[in-house]
Amino acid sequence: MSIVFISVAALVVLSLIFGAVLGFAAVRFRVEGNPIAEQINALLPQTQCGQCGYPGCKPYAEAIAAGDKINKCTPGGEATIQALAALLDVEPEPLDAVEGEKPQMVAFIREAECIGCTKCIQACPVDAILGAAKQMHTVIVSECTGCDLCVEPCPVDCIDMIPVTQTLQSWKWEQPLAPGTLIATDRESLS
Amino acid sequence: MSTWPIHPLRGGVHPPQRKTLSNQQPIQRAPLPKQLIVPLLQHLGSPTDAHVGVGDHVLKGQLIAESANLISAPVHAPSSGTVSFIGPQPYPHTSGQLMDAIVIDTDGLDMWCSLEPLTDFHTASASVLLDKIRQAGISGLGGAGFPTVIKLSPAANQPIKTLIINGTECEPYITADDVLMREKAAQLMIGIDILVRILQPENVLIAIEDNKPEAIAAVRSALDARSYHVVVLPTIYPSGGERQLIQILTGQEVPSAKLPAQLGILCQNVGTIVAVHDAVVEGKPLISRITTLTGEALHNPMNVECLIGTPAIDLLEFAGLQKNNMSRLIAGGPMMGFTLPALDVPVIKTSNCLLAASAAELPAPPPAMPCIRCGDCAEVCPANLLPQQLHFYALGEDHTQLQAHNLFDCIECGACAYVCPSSIPLVQYYRSAKADIREQANKLAKAEHAKERFEFRQERLRLEEERKEAERKARAERLAKTKAEQAKKAAQAQDANANNPSGASDDELKRLKITASMAQVALRKAQKQLDTHGTAELQAQVEQLRISAEQAKQALDAATPSTTSAAAVTKKPAKPELGAAEQALKKAKIDVAMKRAALRKAERNEANAETLAALQAELSLAEQGLDKLNQTEEVGV
Repeated sequence: MSIVFISVAALVVLSLIFGAVLGFAAVRFRVEGNPIAEQINALLPQTQCGQCGYPGCKPYAEAIAAGDKINKCTPGGEATIQALAALLDVEPEPLDAVEGEKPQMVAFIREAECIGCTKCIQACPVDAILGAAKQMHTVIVSECTGCDLCVEPCPVDCIDMIPVTQTLQSWKWEQPLAPGTLIATDRESLS
Repeated sequence: MSTWPIHPLRGGVHPPQRKTLSNQQPIQRAPLPKQLIVPLLQHLGSPTDAHVGVGDHVLKGQLIAESANLISAPVHAPSSGTVSFIGPQPYPHTSGQLMDAIVIDTDGLDMWCSLEPLTDFHTASASVLLDKIRQAGISGLGGAGFPTVIKLSPAANQPIKTLIINGTECEPYITADDVLMREKAAQLMIGIDILVRILQPENVLIAIEDNKPEAIAAVRSALDARSYHVVVLPTIYPSGGERQLIQILTGQEVPSAKLPAQLGILCQNVGTIVAVHDAVVEGKPLISRITTLTGEALHNPMNVECLIGTPAIDLLEFAGLQKNNMSRLIAGGPMMGFTLPALDVPVIKTSNCLLAASAAELPAPPPAMPCIRCGDCAEVCPANLLPQQLHFYALGEDHTQLQAHNLFDCIECGACAYVCPSSIPLVQYYRSAKADIREQANKLAKAEHAKERFEFRQERLRLEEERKEAERKARAERLAKTKAEQAKKAAQAQDANANNPSGASDDELKRLKITASMAQVALRKAQKQLDTHGTAELQAQVEQLRISAEQAKQALDAATPSTTSAAAVTKKPAKPELGAAEQALKKAKIDVAMKRAALRKAERNEANAETLAALQAELSLAEQGLDKLNQTEEVGV
């Protein structure tokens, strides 16, 4: 009988010790924030455009971590969806955007028409617009993420979103057609 | 002069040389073109900014474009003439995209600007020599076009022990370096002397492939007493690649993602060395180069010394271009060159060859067949990579695996594609995959940058909001303080005047005073009416009003003492006494004035003598009281 008590007592003591250790660890080594949300945020394009319906990339990352869909990021497009699907081990879905995937854009202020109201400066999430009250504004192209947020507040509609032009530096080779994919007639015309 | 031991290259191929096509005659001088198209970017690095405007007259050798950026090379006018246009112009690139360029309409005089040669480089310091090389706008003439001065300024902790002069020219067809070594061996030697003066290396190796016996002989005879080693290499492609040549000559492999300078080795092309000689000894900037014009579509293949910016079509026509025989024009050699989309592109600092190939000579590649895993490509790869694995990973866009298999160590020599029995354009896969990986890395870096800026902005806005909030609070506090002070002052003033510091009964008292005075006014009005009309009705009304006025006065009187007594308790005793005396004085004065007025009124109304006498008595009594009070006041003061 005593052996039963001893073993039960030993187990109780052990469970108390481990419980204390685990409890301490849970408090001492608590992870701040959601690590998954951080990883998701690292995959998002950080345009901070809000086209996903959230006020920035981080809130959307947190929403995805909480179970929202992964196909709402328009600037990221297909590549981001694929990356998110791989990270979260879910099925990739088609992009949820009216106009589909758009090329990389950059804001352009028609400076002659700018009245210097600073509204676009206040809207820009990355401080990519330079200017002051009653002074002409202009976009710092290298900092612009093409988020569209400056277009809406402009009272004189002098901001255009123009696609980023390809330069010699950004030009890249196309991947050739996979071997064996030429159909017979093409092969004949080539040879 | 002992023979330098060499370490044979692993891999490599032996494509047909076809060099005799163009190296049979001495270097020709290309005729001066009517128009020179000088692109603002001819090197690896930042583009330059034009320093001249349209309409400006420029002299040969004049600086026309420069960049503030370190990794760049200035551009000079190749001939004298007038700047006719600055803007997008054709550029030797596969994409056929335009590039900003300065167009010079030559005046045919070919007039030099004043040159500043260095008379004795043996005594000049390294920094002076480097500055001369930088100002001359020299970038590597072998193909990549990296600014030479940057290569020649290694970090202080990495002294250059071995200087390699690259005269291998392993690519088929090209003979520019071959004829240069034959004809300009003396300048080459002086150029090497200058580099030795700058770098102080232990060994100088001049590497030449054994398919250029004339060049080897010329260089050897130009050596004189110099202790440089002329190393003759067996001909194999691509022994002229920088990393491959270093491996052949020293047995050392340049580690992945490192530079030869980190091993104490520096490699320079023979053309670059001659350009250094011209810059230092003659003071001439880099405005011309030797370019091979070859291919079966040319009637008279040759090497020309042509000005930078000469349109390719002018040179080809000089060499007897048979247009209908040409199937494509290649810039560079058949292995690493690229097809030019147009004939009007200019020659730039890196253009070592223009290959006008006929269809029979370089037929279009047959359609690619699936990989049969023969492994020939891995055999010939000079960089020890696994081309077929890379090909499959590139097809699957598996960037992690591509990087794990060292895609970026691929030198794109084309040996793998040359031996591929399935004629798969392997190099194009690698180029495309490299570009994709670079693009993604750029995107990631940009996203990270944008995130940083966004977070910084959020933080800034938050701080600003906090500051504003704090200011608002401070302002509100200040306002409350001043209000309290004002209230206090007002209370004190009231206290002094009305001897009534208590706020609570203050209002009550005021109200009572108002009712009392109103009742008084009503009474007086009624009395006036009574005086003029004198009816019984009015009499009754006056009586009533008098009662109510009396009541009001009583109420006021009842309230006043209580407050004064309360004040007497809280306040200093002197003040209320003084206040009371003052009040009494005031009251007496009013009394006297009122009595006087009543008397005068009675007189005016022709009242009877008795009333007049009574009023007179009252007035005198009041006056006496006032006098007494005045006296006490004076004493008190």
